[in-house]
Amino acid sequence: MILLRLYWEFFKVGLFAVGGGLATLPFLYSMGETTGWFGTADVADMLAVSESTPGPIGVNMATYVGFGQMGLPGALVATLGLVTPCFLIILAIAAALHSFRNNKYVDAAFSTLRPASTGLIAAAGWSVFILVLTNVQAFRESGELLRLFRWGSVGLFILLWVLTNLVKPLKKLHPVVFLALAAVAGIVFHMDGA
Amino acid sequence: MSICLELFAAFFRIGIFTFGGGYAMLPLLERECVEKKKWTSREELLDYFAIGQCTPGIIAVNTATFVGCKEKGFWGGLSATLGVVAPSVIIISLIAALLSNFARIPAVINAFAGIRVAVCVLILNSVVKLFRSSVKDGLTLGVFLIVAVLSIVLTGESPIVFVLAAAVLGIAVRVWFAGKGAGK
Repeated sequence: MILLRLYWEFFKVGLFAVGGGLATLPFLYSMGETTGWFGTADVADMLAVSESTPGPIGVNMATYVGFGQMGLPGALVATLGLVTPCFLIILAIAAALHSFRNNKYVDAAFSTLRPASTGLIAAAGWSVFILVLTNVQAFRESGELLRLFRWGSVGLFILLWVLTNLVKPLKKLHPVVFLALAAVAGIVFHMDGA
Repeated sequence: MSICLELFAAFFRIGIFTFGGGYAMLPLLERECVEKKKWTSREELLDYFAIGQCTPGIIAVNTATFVGCKEKGFWGGLSATLGVVAPSVIIISLIAALLSNFARIPAVINAFAGIRVAVCVLILNSVVKLFRSSVKDGLTLGVFLIVAVLSIVLTGESPIVFVLAAAVLGIAVRVWFAGKGAGK
């Protein structure tokens, strides 16, 4: 019974959370209230864990809650529940898109959708930049412009940018090489979390 | 190796290294699906992202379903989707079972402060590539700038608004131009 309930609750989150990632948060809070499976503090904890492990936050949360309720079967069922609605919807859209492939209206729409999509990604990237490279709070408290930037992070940022763009033999390396390098740098230099 | 297994494996690799959610998977998606396997073009990847913004669910999952579906229909979509969520299920189950205070371990905090910087660089590199393949003329440059600036300024505005407005604008301008051309 709990397995069915897990599937259904996460199915609803998957169905209504549009925009991905953090859009699932409000739904998770309300699910915690109605089911009693977890509290607000658990969601905050989970957010921290999600930021330090791979994978989409929604999937991580579903796995975590499901595991807490019913062990591994619970984790699987909750995750499948979350994924089912978007899987079915995309399946339908992919089929429709296939038959409208050469439609001039669809073509016209996509010609401007692509730069819009790039713009949204750039904006999301910008908000990560601000979070990672600056420390607005320290700047406000001290009033010193020099404290606005996290200089350690800025240095690492410039180094990695040069390595991935200007050093020819390194350009084609798997991105995980740079993630690992950055993780080591973080530990060695005791970088603090944003 | 069957194509479904290949899809599962490729998206499993993407899932393992996607730290920090949806957009962070972009550099890996480009590498696996565009550059290595040639399953999609960069333009199609952007289409999937745009559609993923307006449909329910997780962008990583949406994109996996799209790419898999394009390669091998229903089963391809299913393989790719299961591949992209499998690493999270495994890792989070381990953490839930073994490490209740994972996110408070000092070495983990330090490592992830570093990793976030690398994610920034990788996203920047991706945006530059996407910009080159999506911005072709004045209209597309304008759309890029307006959407980027407005979604930074108006935090909390739903991306659906921008996506729909961009689609309508594209059709309006193209149809208007086409209509004017036909009238001559």
